Amino acid sequence: MAQMGHNISLPERARRIRRHALRMGEVQGQGYIAQALGVADVLAVSYFHATNYRAEDPEWEGRDRFLLSIGHYAIALYAALIEAEIIPEDELETYGTDDSRLPMSGMATYTPGMEITGGSLGHGLGIAVGISLALKRKKSDAFVYNLFSDGELDEGSTWEAAMSAGSYKLDNLIGIVDVNQMQADGPSIGVLNFEPLGPKFEAFNWFVQRVDGNDLGALVEAFDAARHHKGPEPRIIICDTKMAKGVPFLEARERNHFLRVEPHEWREAIRIIDAGAGE
Amino acid sequence: MRRSKYIRPDFLTRGADRPRMTTSAMIASIAGPDQSTRPAPFGNALAALAEKDDRIVGMSADLAKYTDLHVFRAAHPDKFYQMGMAEQLLMMSAAGMAREGFQPWVTTYAVFASRRAYDFICLAIAEEMLDVKIICALPGLTTGYGPSHQATEDIAMFRGMPNLTIIDPCDASEIEQAVPAIALHKGPVYMRLLRGNVPVVLDEYGYKFELGKAKIIRDGADVLIISSGLMTMRALEAAKDLQNDGVEAAVLHVPTIKPLDEATILAECRKQNRLVVVAENHTVIGGLGEAVGAALMRSNVRPAAFRQIGLPDEFLEAGALPTLHDQYGLSTLKVKAAIKSWLDE
Repeated sequence: MAQMGHNISLPERARRIRRHALRMGEVQGQGYIAQALGVADVLAVSYFHATNYRAEDPEWEGRDRFLLSIGHYAIALYAALIEAEIIPEDELETYGTDDSRLPMSGMATYTPGMEITGGSLGHGLGIAVGISLALKRKKSDAFVYNLFSDGELDEGSTWEAAMSAGSYKLDNLIGIVDVNQMQADGPSIGVLNFEPLGPKFEAFNWFVQRVDGNDLGALVEAFDAARHHKGPEPRIIICDTKMAKGVPFLEARERNHFLRVEPHEWREAIRIIDAGAGE
Repeated sequence: MRRSKYIRPDFLTRGADRPRMTTSAMIASIAGPDQSTRPAPFGNALAALAEKDDRIVGMSADLAKYTDLHVFRAAHPDKFYQMGMAEQLLMMSAAGMAREGFQPWVTTYAVFASRRAYDFICLAIAEEMLDVKIICALPGLTTGYGPSHQATEDIAMFRGMPNLTIIDPCDASEIEQAVPAIALHKGPVYMRLLRGNVPVVLDEYGYKFELGKAKIIRDGADVLIISSGLMTMRALEAAKDLQNDGVEAAVLHVPTIKPLDEATILAECRKQNRLVVVAENHTVIGGLGEAVGAALMRSNVRPAAFRQIGLPDEFLEAGALPTLHDQYGLSTLKVKAAIKSWLDE
């Protein structure tokens, strides 16, 4: 696994990912920071337990492909890429500014380690199908991970891709759904009810696991099971996460899809995250 | 409206001696009864190209058989991917394939690629300049199945998409030459496909396809017809007929709609003070006609007159293709008549 030489624990990785994200949020004063805090544990396990990559060569042919379908979560992935040393830490000060390599919605042409252009939601899983087919064609044993959101379950294209992955038996494809129960117009289930979700993917011939997406131990087990599963199915890990996880006063905000945070609150949030260091 | 769904066709009242009605099968060739044709020029050209190019894969959304990709599938079954009747997935998965260094050639109908999969072509493919070739049958008015199958505005939609090259070939020879040229071009391409038994028209003029180039097929002093796709076929036939009436018509064929060869178009329009007619198998809105018109305006080039032959801004009727081409002004007879009337103005 990559970056194991640093000997930093997963909880510490997750904490630092949250901290990087908060620092970028502070640059803009607003953004998808609640999603970033919620998905930080998933990203910590992805980048510091599950995936193969070379920080100095983000396009290394043997890498696992990690796709961010939700372009809006760019702030979260940048935080992980900074922690993985694919992006230098001092670049977080440029987040969303002119000439930055870190635009507010994720794009492959801007950022090292950003595999696809997300943001037009419902693209990632289908692109992952194509990459999975291509890797099989190349006889590569790399995995393709696609991180997508519960909101993207509303998009028909997601289900076209889900049916195709099952049909093609793409056992090199691992889907990660962040079920944080919050979309632009309100709680996800109220926007469009996608439950029962696990049985839907089972019916599409996927190997399904559903875990607490803020439980690092459970995530490690789920990622291991997904990678080592012997069946021919594509794998999905449904991660139930908590928006703004780790910063209680932000967790408590009712509508936290796109957060506006006061300048002094960023400092307070970072102080709370720093207080958890080394736990 | 020409007809009401509450009135039976009066044809049926004519009794036993009524004539056989004109019909139009779905897979009817656009070839006229006397035209020489070659079968499946796209499928054969791509199959040949894939013999020596391992990057090429073919993908379709349940329309391989109706886009001539079945020829490629038969020749290279290991390089063919059936993506199901899912055009969004077709474009997304092609993007994934291209990211990994393959060159996917994806096929569907022009209506589905443009109207249904636009966002996926735009963001997953064009925005990153990925090397995906999108080959679509039934462009413009080439089926009598009505608006569900008639891609009358595909060029208008795709012209607005950055990075995308748009090709509207005229005949079998041009398709055969365009396939390797498109393969050499790095980046996304949309090609309007003529399928099945495709007429062979341009060989007799010694024409050679070059990506991005408009070419004079024949010269003439009275009118300059600027055309693409199957309308070049019609323009050449009309030009022959016009010659019998003493009218000399030039035909400038523009198979690459984008990027547009404005230099050649402007040079031809400047050369002589002629009537300029743009003829396209597409709505008059947003296609070649308006592209040429804008280019002329920008460069202060004023031809004797500027006219468009194209489809009207409306949902077209269903029926037999030859009847519809006549009704909407794309037939050789109607092209000729329109030009004569404009010359008489």
